[in-house]
Amino acid sequence: MTTTGSLVVTDLRVEFDGFVAVGGVSFDAHPGEVRFLIGPNGAGKTTCIDAITGLSKGSGSVKLGDQELLGTSVNKIVRLGVGRTFQTASVFEQLSVLQNLDIAAGLHRSSLSLLRARRGIEPAIESALEETGLSTERETPAGILSHGQKQWLEIGMMLVQEPRALLLDEPVAGMSQDERTATGELLQRIAQRRIVLVVEHDMDFMRRYASRVTVLHQGKVLSEGAVAQVQADPKVQEVYLGTAGAATTAAMLAVPDGATATTDSITQGEGA
Amino acid sequence: MTKLKPWLPLIGIGVFAVLLLVVAPAVLSMHWINNLGKYCCWAIVAVGIGLAWGRGGMLVLGQGVFFGLGAYTMAMHLTLETAGPGSLPVFMILYDPSAPLPAFWEPFRSDAFTLVAIVLLPVIVASILGYALFKRRVKGAYFAILTQALAVALAVLISSTIRETGGDTGLSDFKYFFGFVLDDDANKIMVFMIAAALLIVCLLVVWQLGRSRFGELLIATRDAEERVRFLGYDPANIKLVAFVVAAVMASIAGAMFVPIVGIITPAEIGASASILMIAGVALGGRASLFGPALGAMAIGWGQSSLGSSWPSGWIYILGLVFILVTLFLPMGLSSLSGRAKSLVWRSRTAATAPAAASAPVLEEVKK
Ligand SMILES: Nc1ncnc2c1ncn2[C@@H]1O[C@H](COP(=O)(O)OP(=O)(O)O)[C@@H](O)[C@H]1O
Ligand SMILES: [Mg+2]
Repeated sequence: MTTTGSLVVTDLRVEFDGFVAVGGVSFDAHPGEVRFLIGPNGAGKTTCIDAITGLSKGSGSVKLGDQELLGTSVNKIVRLGVGRTFQTASVFEQLSVLQNLDIAAGLHRSSLSLLRARRGIEPAIESALEETGLSTERETPAGILSHGQKQWLEIGMMLVQEPRALLLDEPVAGMSQDERTATGELLQRIAQRRIVLVVEHDMDFMRRYASRVTVLHQGKVLSEGAVAQVQADPKVQEVYLGTAGAATTAAMLAVPDGATATTDSITQGEGA
Repeated sequence: MTKLKPWLPLIGIGVFAVLLLVVAPAVLSMHWINNLGKYCCWAIVAVGIGLAWGRGGMLVLGQGVFFGLGAYTMAMHLTLETAGPGSLPVFMILYDPSAPLPAFWEPFRSDAFTLVAIVLLPVIVASILGYALFKRRVKGAYFAILTQALAVALAVLISSTIRETGGDTGLSDFKYFFGFVLDDDANKIMVFMIAAALLIVCLLVVWQLGRSRFGELLIATRDAEERVRFLGYDPANIKLVAFVVAAVMASIAGAMFVPIVGIITPAEIGASASILMIAGVALGGRASLFGPALGAMAIGWGQSSLGSSWPSGWIYILGLVFILVTLFLPMGLSSLSGRAKSLVWRSRTAATAPAAASAPVLEEVKK
């Protein structure tokens, strides 16, 4: 084991009122690799990340190094070194880029120091601005950033927290080709020292940047391995790659599957 | 100009301080000084509401609770001081001259205990209440209704304990204020000056909190509480701080209200009083620094001028103004200046620099 430790998920299960969204998923992610989690809409990818970060209750085990994460509260998990982004970029729209980063960087500040105004820019924030290419936008309110910039800001907000693991939920959805390339390269740089786990729909992006891939389907692991290995797997081709051609993938990108999840739960509610 | 900008609010507070502490006592009659003192009290509550609601997103519909804590703490002390050492308050003698002073009144004979209680009581009550509510993630309408219910409950409790608290008639006829004769004009001015100075202090506190990292965090929590959690903070603690500060301000306001107005009754702390406290804040602009205070003063003024000469009409006018503001200026009258500025900006820069189109938005965000 490396000094930072790996993220090890063992037999993770998440249920919503009896509906098994994730049914016994195991995988691991090591520092130094860009780890991908893929699968068709509703496969349970977001739910996996939710469980790892404490948003949804799960059973099984999620370990970061020697530390068990399941059962720990959301904010404590962040303090243990696990950062995440969301499918729909969620930054503080009313605050500037700099303020967003400053708040993110503040998690280890003392309560008393919070009462003072911000003076100057911390080195960690300056380097996050550069790393994410947002240096010229520092005073811009986050609400008027482009979609891609918001995702980068979210990544920057994770970086200033110096996390051990970064979990990204569809970071390149809605990005242009150039932005995707920039994001992929950024993730590869970040992954040199940290655990990076990416949930993606975009197969092309996955092919270009993944080191190892786990394919989820209906809450279970369908296949796992290097990109070529997974792509060659007939089971994967059947449920995902074969049926979901380029057109379907594009359609999936256009409709964030969070929306589907909501309508699903609404219809379920009405049925009950 | 850009160098000066962060300090403009401070200059504003300075001007406000001069107007209240120097100009007002020099030009106003005793009657209006007393009224202005009353408005200052409501303004202090409003400044706290601006922090909790405007910046923290907590619709505190029951600030009457904390206003009442401070007011009754002060009123009990002044009642005992008026009665003199060892004597019962007059209203208690009327019921039963031989009954002993209720035990919970006794400590309020002490000046020091009273002053500490005015600050500490709301801290304790708001901490317990806030902790219970925020940790359970009670928010939005549920939070608002709960706080409102508490204000009603406290008012009903006081109404129903006439022997211990004076009930609906309230506590009044205070002669002394920490040794000063309240009937004396010079002392009245002093009491007004204390209230006005406290208002200035509260504005300074909220200004500093607003520019601090805590202020940024509070706005972030208001706009995206879950996101703040995913940055490693517990939003409950952040909201708790703002809620407690607002409660202390309301209590201080209640405490100053008593010597200025000379009477406190459950009607001043119940549901409608609590809603009027919010109304001023909404009118002035809940997220701005001066909006809540000025809005509360305006409503106070409307109530004592229009409200006394034309009581039935006043309440309709208030309702109408409220509807118009919510419809057309959801961020209150103070957002007018921001809008005007951005209009000027746009017309001035539209032709020259298309890139500057983002500037007006920046203006509004920085407020
Ligand atoms: N909060 C929830 N309540 C009920 N069902 C949910 C909830 N969140 C997700 N689900 C369901 O769990 C399944 C997996 O969802 P999700 O993890 O969002 O899939 P994806 O792989 O597309 O990210 C879906 O069928 C979704 O409807
Ligand atoms: Mg998803």
